[in-house]
Amino acid sequence: MTTTAPSTVEEVITRYEPVIGLETHVELGTRTKMFCGCPTEFGAEPNTQVCPVCLGLPGSLPVANKAAIEATIRIGLALNCSIATWCRFARKNYFYPDMPKDYQISQYDEPLCVDGYLDVEVEGQTVRVGIERVHLEEDTGKTLHIGGATGRIHGATESLVDYNRAGIPLVEIVTKPVAGTGALAPAVARAYVTELRDIIRSLGVSDVRMEQGSLRCDVNTSLNRPGEEWGTRTETKNVNSLRSVERAVRSEMLRQAAVLDAGGKITQETRHFHEDTGETTSGRSKETATDYRYFPDPDLVPLAPDPAWVEELKAALPEPPRVHRERLREQWGVSEHDMQSIINAGAVELIEATVAEGASPDAARKWWLGELARRANETGVELAEVGATPAHVAELQRLVDEGKLTDKLARTVLEGVVAGEGSPSEVVAARGLEVVSDTGALTAAVDEAIAANPDVAQKVRDGKVAAAGALVGAVMKATKGQADAKTVRELILSRLGAA
Amino acid sequence: MAAISREEVAHLAHLARLAVNDAELDTFAGQLDVILQAVARVGEVTAADIPPTSHSVPLTNVLREDVVTPGLTRDEALSGAPDVAEDRFRVPRILDEEA
Ligand SMILES: [Zn+2]
Repeated sequence: MTTTAPSTVEEVITRYEPVIGLETHVELGTRTKMFCGCPTEFGAEPNTQVCPVCLGLPGSLPVANKAAIEATIRIGLALNCSIATWCRFARKNYFYPDMPKDYQISQYDEPLCVDGYLDVEVEGQTVRVGIERVHLEEDTGKTLHIGGATGRIHGATESLVDYNRAGIPLVEIVTKPVAGTGALAPAVARAYVTELRDIIRSLGVSDVRMEQGSLRCDVNTSLNRPGEEWGTRTETKNVNSLRSVERAVRSEMLRQAAVLDAGGKITQETRHFHEDTGETTSGRSKETATDYRYFPDPDLVPLAPDPAWVEELKAALPEPPRVHRERLREQWGVSEHDMQSIINAGAVELIEATVAEGASPDAARKWWLGELARRANETGVELAEVGATPAHVAELQRLVDEGKLTDKLARTVLEGVVAGEGSPSEVVAARGLEVVSDTGALTAAVDEAIAANPDVAQKVRDGKVAAAGALVGAVMKATKGQADAKTVRELILSRLGAA
Repeated sequence: MAAISREEVAHLAHLARLAVNDAELDTFAGQLDVILQAVARVGEVTAADIPPTSHSVPLTNVLREDVVTPGLTRDEALSGAPDVAEDRFRVPRILDEEA
């Protein structure tokens, strides 16, 4: 037994095996809510997208949204699930003001889709993640806690509720427990959520934006000693980015190992993930299992998806992201290893879109995996949120190709774009960064450099072409780096008759 | 044996946030027991070929198209609220619960 807490996942797995499980909620992008015709636009003024049904007013009756049912079945099919031929909605009863009815319409023992799987690639290995169920429910309203310090309920004296989100169709995707992944467990969790997001986006049923909450993830983690039964699991909530999914699993593995090493026991509880520290803190204890008293919702008749319709939906599924990526890999002419780097960086769609905007695959890859990936890493954001768009990158490369920007200048321009100063052309104009391509101005600068360095100039005239570097440096300095070094060099050599 | 115990009634009352005193618990436990026993008689006549009924009408797939319909204005929505602040329903905080 060690006395110091483990500091790496590799150390943890010398003594323990992790089991993870993921529950993912996806807000569907339907025009209207699950059981009423209220609009679902993000960011509307509070309580302006509500009606008697989603406010739970007496006498109102829910009717299920066909588009939401179809989207859920398509998600289930894309995850290799069986689709129920008959199932019911259930009421999940609980006492909390985020649902005005005091229950949430969900599915309980009869989910729409069951028993599928999703294969994910992690470090060259394919890991099959089993899918337990995919079911449909309604989202809750948003509560704002007043009087507390952090918006959490602790210390709050009252809550303010906005029901715009209440009733938006929400798909819950639950994995089977994933065991046997060892030190890869954090990466598997991230790869799974990434692949799931890509699949759902390819289906066009949700914008799956974690930062806006249209994809939310709860991560279950437990540890057990080899050969022993699975340990007590904790459920980490509030995991709002792909990077955080990985960090949350890693942090829980380290924390639980330290507790177990010290002879302690893991409490079954909800834990909150904190983006700033990358650690989890204890939330509600689950010692007393919540009693939701599920029962079939009498206001909603059963669903019985026509098998012929399901077959039609299955036949019309888009190319899976994995297949699509393999096709892109061939088109772009990159190795499997390089493609994996692109995938890990979350750059596949960004590069694809940049190529569609007219850039070469190589150039698109260079910018996204180089400057922009570095920048995203430094600021701790997803690559897609770094501040530059595929159109920006394509425009930047076009300016380089046209000789209006050197590579070095382009990097400076990109900094401006990321800082929100506008498109590359706008940054070039605002910061005056264009390459000095005016031959007259450049020739004058060259002549000045020659005049100021007669000894160097003479060496070049005598055939010591390498000495021209000092003159190039002088011209670059005079033009504040805004000239193309190659052009300057050619100009110097031709002025000195050495070309 | 009683179909529902006094403790179960107390538990359900707590879940429904009903303040039920000891005398009422005795009364309700007795009354609910009679009701449950009456309903339980249905079970005596069920046969394996009769599926349980959850809906009284033999319908499936009652669905609506994904089309926006007019709802309530914010003022209408908030008109029945016990209290309002910042265009939202204002409610007391819920003790020691976090969804
Ligand atoms: Zn509504």
